[in-house]
Amino acid sequence: MAFARSDSGKNPPKMPTAIKLLIAGGFGVGKTTMVGAVSEIRPLRTEETLTDRSVGVDDLSGVEAKATTTVAMDFGRISIGQDFVLYLFGTPGQERFWFVWDELARGALGAVVLADTRRLADCFPSVDYFERRGTPFVVAVNCFEGAPVFDLDEVKLALNLGPDVPIMLCDARRRESGKEVLIELVKHAYGKRPTAAAH
Amino acid sequence: MNTEWNPDEERLLDAPTIRPYVIARGRTEAQDRFDLISLAVTVRPTTGAEIGLDPEHQAIVRLCRRPLSVAEIAAHLDLPAGIVRVLLGDLFDRGFVAVQQPQPEMNVLDERMYKAVLDGLRAL
Repeated sequence: MAFARSDSGKNPPKMPTAIKLLIAGGFGVGKTTMVGAVSEIRPLRTEETLTDRSVGVDDLSGVEAKATTTVAMDFGRISIGQDFVLYLFGTPGQERFWFVWDELARGALGAVVLADTRRLADCFPSVDYFERRGTPFVVAVNCFEGAPVFDLDEVKLALNLGPDVPIMLCDARRRESGKEVLIELVKHAYGKRPTAAAH
Repeated sequence: MNTEWNPDEERLLDAPTIRPYVIARGRTEAQDRFDLISLAVTVRPTTGAEIGLDPEHQAIVRLCRRPLSVAEIAAHLDLPAGIVRVLLGDLFDRGFVAVQQPQPEMNVLDERMYKAVLDGLRAL
């Protein structure tokens, strides 16, 4: 084994730093499609389970009840050389799964909010959530065939976005398009980082 | 124990749901220890008959010959992420795996990181 000399994990081999990006938006807006388009692996699915830490006001008595509330999330990865690896998580659509959102958003570099002009209201909860939490985000309008074409300024107005929130058109099926959205997001997050704001 | 058989309780013992919690022996306290994107890598292979290691532990040790996130391990082994955290905690404590935590939020300021990520994305 390559790591034969390591003992008790005290001297671990060099590992990349993991970075989390979120893809949010309403049900059926193309989150998993976008994850799949840019990921180097086929999108995987993981499940989070509602446990003690997330039980606040809900009265869930007994382990049986805890064990039955699971939320599935699709995710992909993009390796950036040897040093970094990006994980893209599609956020669960239902708002009752805020506890998973909180965990996903913790430490996330930023988020893409995917919007569909036919059902613009579906992305309101995501926009509200990231605004409230202070997570840098961009809005990407997924261009579905047959969807009405709006001027991006109109969409921005309808979403009541702050002037500095980037908004763009995209095609979630296309790798190149997804890539451009992610680049825009990372640039935006860079400008929003706390040190940048302080200067 | 002379608890009487209770049909309501019986109904809740749904095998596919309960089994992961048997693997973790009911423990959930390790859940906050690792993030979904904490990376694990095997630093000491198991010899095949390690005391106290379940097949699921062994599967993680085999899987993590290259660094994998908690989320990936969970997806590959078809286990809830919470259970993988518990099992990974066992393996970490016994020195089978090294775990790298993701960059904490306050440190996501590193200019070098943004530059590397942007360059990497552009080169995709």
